[in-house]
Amino acid sequence: MRVALFATCLVDTVVPQVAMATARLLERLGHEVVVPPGQACCGQMHVNTGYRREAVPIVANHVRAFAGAEAVVSPSGSCVASIHHQQALVLRRAGEDGLAAEAEALAGRTYELSQFLVDVLGVTDVGAYYPHRVTYHPTCHSLRLLRVGDRPLQLLRAVRGLTLVELPAAEQCCGFGGTFSVKNADTSTAMLTDKMANVLSTHAEVCTAGDASCLMHIGGGLSRLRSGTRTVHLAEILASTEDAVTPRQTTEPAVPA
Amino acid sequence: MTTTPVRPGETPLAPGAPRSGTTFLGLPTAPRGVGHLRGDRPFPEAARDALRDGQLRANLGHATSTIRAKRAKVVGEVPDWEQLRQAGKALKASTMARLDEHLVELERQVAARGGTVHWARDADEANAIVTRLVQATGADEVVKVKSMATQEIGLNEALESAGITAHETDLAELIVQLGDDAPSHILVPAIHKNRAEIREIFLRTMPGVDPELTDEPRRLAMAARKHLRERFLRARVAISGANFAVAETGTLAVVESEGNGRMCLTLPQTLITVMGIEKLVPTWRDLEVFLQLLPRSSTGERMNPYTSMWSGVTPGDGPQEFHLVLLDNGRTAVLADEVGREALHCIRCSACLNVCPVYERTGGHSYGSVYPGPIGAVLSPQLTGVEDNASLPYASSLCGACYDACPVAIDIPSILVHLRAEHVEAQQRTTPEAAAFRLLSRAMSNPRLWHLTQRAASLGRFLARGKPTMPAALPPPASAWTRSRDLPAPPRETFVQQWTRERGGRS
Repeated sequence: MRVALFATCLVDTVVPQVAMATARLLERLGHEVVVPPGQACCGQMHVNTGYRREAVPIVANHVRAFAGAEAVVSPSGSCVASIHHQQALVLRRAGEDGLAAEAEALAGRTYELSQFLVDVLGVTDVGAYYPHRVTYHPTCHSLRLLRVGDRPLQLLRAVRGLTLVELPAAEQCCGFGGTFSVKNADTSTAMLTDKMANVLSTHAEVCTAGDASCLMHIGGGLSRLRSGTRTVHLAEILASTEDAVTPRQTTEPAVPA
Repeated sequence: MTTTPVRPGETPLAPGAPRSGTTFLGLPTAPRGVGHLRGDRPFPEAARDALRDGQLRANLGHATSTIRAKRAKVVGEVPDWEQLRQAGKALKASTMARLDEHLVELERQVAARGGTVHWARDADEANAIVTRLVQATGADEVVKVKSMATQEIGLNEALESAGITAHETDLAELIVQLGDDAPSHILVPAIHKNRAEIREIFLRTMPGVDPELTDEPRRLAMAARKHLRERFLRARVAISGANFAVAETGTLAVVESEGNGRMCLTLPQTLITVMGIEKLVPTWRDLEVFLQLLPRSSTGERMNPYTSMWSGVTPGDGPQEFHLVLLDNGRTAVLADEVGREALHCIRCSACLNVCPVYERTGGHSYGSVYPGPIGAVLSPQLTGVEDNASLPYASSLCGACYDACPVAIDIPSILVHLRAEHVEAQQRTTPEAAAFRLLSRAMSNPRLWHLTQRAASLGRFLARGKPTMPAALPPPASAWTRSRDLPAPPRETFVQQWTRERGGRS
């Protein structure tokens, strides 16, 4: 299958290795990966902060950039949820009905990574090797908007060498919440502290999730505490093999102390 | 007393708070200082103090996790819970669509059964009506059933300034009242207090309390019982709220756990009920759905211990005088908002508070309104007008736990996002934030500009001076992040750049 990769603005700009891992994983599974160079952002940050009018051209750019794609895959539950649940609404509110219909059709062909692997490709064993103790945080939008359920866990359980440890109170939000993390920095930090306490109680080396944004928040806290536990995106784990470990993550923390 | 019913279809903004993008047609419905719908500080500021209170955090963490587990267990037993939720949602939506007609029917039915209906445009009018009704009986004290509507309008304070003492009879409301405190939860107003703190309040404030009182729950309940019993027996006037009003029969319903409500609703000569106009259901059959949804969602019980219903007055049985005060206080304005009106579907179960990770840590007082938590964050700003409560729609990480828990499936996260936009669009001047978001919007909608922006961002790596993370001491607004979290240094190259360089024109 020819898969268009939507890196997301955050991954593209701050943690490009997550998108690279996604691309290598899909190629290893025998699919052709294309990266539309016009891609930027899904518009979620604008919508969720109250700038729904300003989100309209961003969404329009997204729809343009991925026009004609057979399938779009993204390593982010949150951005895919925004594509599914917000883009068409925002366009319709702005009177862009034609574009909204296009966005809706595109959303129908857009998948979060774990959903694409398990539901579309029908694989749970992606041939990965990752000899580490790992705990998984189900991010809110993966869990409650996309309902990815245990798909990421199915994928992780099939990774050779990986020890999966259950995260206590896993379904509680980590406190990131987009601009919530700075507009309500104290509350966000209080939520993060409890999430970190739960992560650290597992004695995992690695905390993984399907969203680089939440991981940047959790990882930023763990790194500040010099905890030694690092955050690694699900795509990076699934891309790892004995021969070709993904760039900069099997032995080094994603956000080192 | 006004006799004109509120007709949402005809006058969606009258009486209404000023709303963005529309003409200001009337006085704010909940004037400052009367309704308890606003705090004196923005949420982040109030939360900052609450977060430092370790005792509060411990009390709330314990209480909310206990109720969460109870709720999850009893909700899990109902095989058709999702269908019930959708039924509740549909009933509320169809009721709201014809609220004006149902309200007039309710008035007709209550009057036909010997009750009197009063219409209150706002908190001030409601307080004036109730005060006048109590004064007409000659009583100088009243007993009260736990009621959010009377907390919202600040009735106790209004009565007090007229020389009338209001006695709260719900145990938690009593604790709050005796402690000269404010409720912090819709269902459990004293959720922020633990047993030891409650004992201390009773010892300090309860006349004639046993000085040997311990913090054993039974001993505390018995002390409250003795204190309240005297007041029940001498009360001539009771004031209640209502969980539901059935339009077709003029029947009011109060659902409770302690039996204090039953005492108030049956013993006194005069009963005054203050009810928000959205509490109405058209028919008795509708109660079938809500009486299943409410107790499981709120107290985590299969059925609540006491469900009291009354229709007008019955000679020789119970109160001989019944007044129903129908309260608008901003609700008609909420009804006018196509997205926000869903907040009026709330049945005040407080399930959303108990699952909210923000509420669990900041407590209810941080919200500044009697309606805290996720539902408060969408209801309070709409009742007052968003600009009067602008920090509340942002008091959420949009995790969505509230939507999942809501027994009538109110999409709280979507309403929060909608209200944020209402706030942004109401600004007359360009804020620095708006300027930044507009610039970013231009960049993110034009690939060439976007790549330039990304290149500029990648220069941030020089601040890190070769380290993998940025310095912790960055100027605002970055400091809001870096005070508690490291920020990774941006890479030299973005993914798209690297891909294009390595794969050339293959994309």
